Amino acid sequence: MKKIFLHWGIISGITMFFIMITSVCTAETNLVTLPASPGVGFPILSLMVFSPLLGLLFACLLRNGHGERSAGVATLLSSFVTFALGIYLLLQFDLNHYGFQFVEQVPWIDIFGIQYYLGIDGISLVLVLVAILILPSALAATWSTKEKSWQFQVQTMLLQIGILGSFMALDAILFYTFFEIMLVPLYFMIGIWGGHNRIYATTKFFIYTVFGSLLLLASIIYTGILYHETFGVWSFSIIDWYDLPIPASTQMWLFAGFCLAFAIKAPMFPFHTWLPDAHYEAPTLGSVELAAMLLKLGPYGIIRFVIPLFPDAAHVYVPILIIFGLIGITYGGLVAMVQQKLKKLIAYSSVAHMGYIIIGVFVFNMQGLAGGLIQMINHALVTGALFLCVGMLYQRTKTQEIVDYGGVAHSMPIFACFFLFFSLASIGLPGLNGFVGELMIMLGAARMNIFYAIAAAFGVVIAAVYMLWMYQRVIFGPIKNDMVRNLKDLNLREQLVLIPLAVFTLVLGVYPQPFFDHVNTTLEGYLKQFNAEEFQQQHKFDLAAYWSLKQDK
Amino acid sequence: MHQIWLIPAFPLIGCILNGLFGKFFGKRFVSFVGPLAVGFAFLHSLVLFFTMLNTKGHALHETLYTWMETGSLHLSMGFQVDQLSGLFLLIITGVGFLIHVYSIGYMHEEEGYYRYFSYLNLFVFFMLLLVLGDNFMVLFVGWEGVGLCSYLLIGYYFEKKSAADACKKAFIVNRIGDFGFLSAAMLIFITFGTLSFDRVNEAAPDLLVPGGILATLITLFLFLGATGKSAQIPLYVWLPDAMEGPTPVSALIHAATMVTSGLYMLARLSHLFVLAPATMNLIAIIGALTALMAATIAITQTDIKRVLAYSTVSQLGYMFLAMGVGAFGVGIFHVMTHAFFKALLFLCSGAVIHSLHHEQDMQKMGGLKNKLPVTYLTMLIGTIAIAGIPPFAGFFSKDEILWKTWSASHPILWLMGFLTAILTSFYMFRLIFLTFHGESRVDPHTAKHIHESPVSMLAPLAVLAVLSIFGGFFGVPHVLHFLPNGIELYFEGFYAEVPVGHGSVIAEIVLMVMSVAAALIPVWIAWKLYAGNLDQVNKWKAQFKIPYALSWNKYYIDEIYDAAIIQPMKKCSTIVLWKWIDVGIIDRIVHLSGDLARVSGGMLRGLQNGILQQYALIFAMGTVGILWYLFFLPY
Repeated sequence: MKKIFLHWGIISGITMFFIMITSVCTAETNLVTLPASPGVGFPILSLMVFSPLLGLLFACLLRNGHGERSAGVATLLSSFVTFALGIYLLLQFDLNHYGFQFVEQVPWIDIFGIQYYLGIDGISLVLVLVAILILPSALAATWSTKEKSWQFQVQTMLLQIGILGSFMALDAILFYTFFEIMLVPLYFMIGIWGGHNRIYATTKFFIYTVFGSLLLLASIIYTGILYHETFGVWSFSIIDWYDLPIPASTQMWLFAGFCLAFAIKAPMFPFHTWLPDAHYEAPTLGSVELAAMLLKLGPYGIIRFVIPLFPDAAHVYVPILIIFGLIGITYGGLVAMVQQKLKKLIAYSSVAHMGYIIIGVFVFNMQGLAGGLIQMINHALVTGALFLCVGMLYQRTKTQEIVDYGGVAHSMPIFACFFLFFSLASIGLPGLNGFVGELMIMLGAARMNIFYAIAAAFGVVIAAVYMLWMYQRVIFGPIKNDMVRNLKDLNLREQLVLIPLAVFTLVLGVYPQPFFDHVNTTLEGYLKQFNAEEFQQQHKFDLAAYWSLKQDK
Repeated sequence: MHQIWLIPAFPLIGCILNGLFGKFFGKRFVSFVGPLAVGFAFLHSLVLFFTMLNTKGHALHETLYTWMETGSLHLSMGFQVDQLSGLFLLIITGVGFLIHVYSIGYMHEEEGYYRYFSYLNLFVFFMLLLVLGDNFMVLFVGWEGVGLCSYLLIGYYFEKKSAADACKKAFIVNRIGDFGFLSAAMLIFITFGTLSFDRVNEAAPDLLVPGGILATLITLFLFLGATGKSAQIPLYVWLPDAMEGPTPVSALIHAATMVTSGLYMLARLSHLFVLAPATMNLIAIIGALTALMAATIAITQTDIKRVLAYSTVSQLGYMFLAMGVGAFGVGIFHVMTHAFFKALLFLCSGAVIHSLHHEQDMQKMGGLKNKLPVTYLTMLIGTIAIAGIPPFAGFFSKDEILWKTWSASHPILWLMGFLTAILTSFYMFRLIFLTFHGESRVDPHTAKHIHESPVSMLAPLAVLAVLSIFGGFFGVPHVLHFLPNGIELYFEGFYAEVPVGHGSVIAEIVLMVMSVAAALIPVWIAWKLYAGNLDQVNKWKAQFKIPYALSWNKYYIDEIYDAAIIQPMKKCSTIVLWKWIDVGIIDRIVHLSGDLARVSGGMLRGLQNGILQQYALIFAMGTVGILWYLFFLPY
């Protein structure tokens, strides 16, 4: 049974990409680079997206007779290839260019105007960079776990293709394809290599997301038809869609359809209950990728699709969504506080962090948006690192229960340092990256309505409570039992995995300006696109005006 | 340029060196790097201090780099040295250096020696950032950073549950204050459009209505932040528990520097605070209340460090009282003298604890004055200074605060301050007599090994003792007009002006005499009660059971907080949010959708039963239905 599932997954995955690549290669026009957008002369984005295929193929080829590690080596090396391409991409990126760069545009399903259309701007760029940083880290960190087999490696590569593709796709159908592809490997990761209750968790995860996805698909198709009705030609290109005037009443429905899909993915309260189960049952690498990258597709989708396409509807929905974001912050924090299992605690803390990001995205100003974006990066780095830490601990002890620990600092001092570092980053200590994001989001929210900001600020108190309480119970105190006493500290490999993540966490906190330089131009253009300034004015709660009415000035 | 950034850079380098290499290079390396890093910072601070004095009225500014810039927000890593930060620089690096030196001897036998010095250097780094920052956010980096170091150092003995609890409590309670600070910063950002101190202070009178709601709200939030860091009601509860840390840490962080950062912030934003008289009144009231309450707790505590901790809370209350009545300069003056004598007192208590092999209970001390003569002498100096006996440092600042309170026409607050002064003198001399006088109650086994501390510990005591004696002459009272009031001259034109009524000279002299009496009489009472046998004390303990229990149990504030806030929050999170909403409602809906699919599938399965006749029937019905739809429905 297990094997059937597995092979089905691999075969379908590979076939899907085979079809895609052939369609690209046999297309009548060759890769076209738009004249206005900077590029590098070769399809670097496609290379990046499909470079994990390299690891996938080698992992399949080397599966027998070359030892347990060979598949792992293949995938790790291939993730380095992706990484190198990403660095090249970063260096070639034009900071002052306002639109999409490195664009690749080829007809795919021509009859409906569906294109193989890739391109990145500042927003995509930073997310892509995090994606290619997290995967090698996660692969190296889970190097010696028992679940690691070539089949598992194949899933990770498929997952990476889906993630990168989603961040780069500029065609709605293409985006949807990549978006859905990710579900398959994750479904297997949790369902096959997960914990005891994995079937429940994976089914729940799948149903939740598929529910959202189907709404998304329906909405995409409807918007496409709308485009056809308006302009007489078919197009699923997001950039074309931005010019599409949609009546306000229609916007309300489409907004709901798109937003629900992304809210489930994010996850936004009250659609979050799949997350703790999925995290808890998932193997370490699955948890890391889930937290670090998959969740980011929620806010990314909102930024890319929902707000620019349906600004009138956003207008109506914004207060509700921000309130949900605020509930998420408080609620996620409070529930995280009373969790008894490490991974569930971090999962609920993710709900709280995603609440901040949702708020940042919906306040429609530079601070909020830039803050939301950097918070996405921060969350990926920090929560990813926290899951790695927990994974390293779990690998040694095979228990997630917080009560089983105590006094780990005695046997694992280096681990205690790293864990503290990332915990502090997670609770937004100034000087580390979490603070930059939270501050920006709160300042942005304050510009819209000070009460949003104050409510969000209270989240920092709760964050300190749940994180430090957990840290105290696990790391501090007298040695609890023999299991803790005999723990081995982190080895060199594990340290080498965590150090780069720690460095990025610190650098983004101390000197985040390069990050802002990379996204500022894009965000300014983005906000102008739908008159965000005016938009914000209408929602603005003018504190001074409100109060000066009540007092004689 | 003046290279201001070098000041915090030295301790940061020290921290990194000790943290990364201290373990391998050994204790000698660590005890060399740690104090030296702070020493260099002190020297550079001195240079900049005098440069600043020479360019009178012009603060030194320096911008290191752009920190965050997006849209209308511009934040830079900017530093400034002016009268206020200059004074704090000297206190932090000066007292900090002495405490580093002291730590060499005190911590010598500790296993985590390098870890300790690394944290301590890091603390100095953040504290310097706090006072150097020229905008709210750089200050906030330091603000939370010192909180972090306090967390790490309180939890230095992390294997003790009490220490682990205390460090967590300190951080979380401080976070509540930080929430206030952040909220205030956001209000300021949307009102002023900037987060720079200079521009906010400048624009405050134009943009805020004096006494208006906005001004009051901003200052209230800021004050909430200050109560967290500076341990005032209602957030003072973390400070006494913070005594779980090593004693030099208590001296540096929880007496001389970190706990005064709330006052620093108030003084920094004085132009904002004077626009909100309601907040100023609240600050004065909270300050006086805290001072009195902490003093009443201190008189019954028997742990030597806890007495000092409550004394610190009480003295901080004095400083807030001064700020609240608009005497910013005087408040900062008391910060300075307090830094000298409280650091001295803590270090002395550390020397006692060190000699007694970590015994902190005063009931197990007594008669130590002959065995620890230097410690005794220096601690006595510190005690005289804090009690407010002239001409030691504490007298000048405390007397000035009481005088300003009186002349600002707050007689009730003055009375509270006056009572606190009596209590202070009493509990401090009680501490001295219990520890050094009377019969020895030391555990006989320990008694054999009592020895005076090494020079590295005694030298800092001596320096601080000298400062505690003479530190007060910077601000002599007005009646002694033949001496210049240094503090007033120093801060001339720095703070916002508060209209304060000037009392008569006679009143000042009367009050001064009263406060001297308030300092001296309790000494005699304490001598009678505690220097000999403790029979009388025990008798009173039995007689005044309820007040004694209240004081001994700190008015049960911790228990009340636990029952009123912490437990309900945990219960609500577990039962309502998690088990009820998450599992009970949301998940049930999710499961319902699954069940719906299963049930509806089960019902439809009935149709697929393989009976051909039934299929034919359905087929026929379907055809009829379609035909009906096509032909009849349109009409």
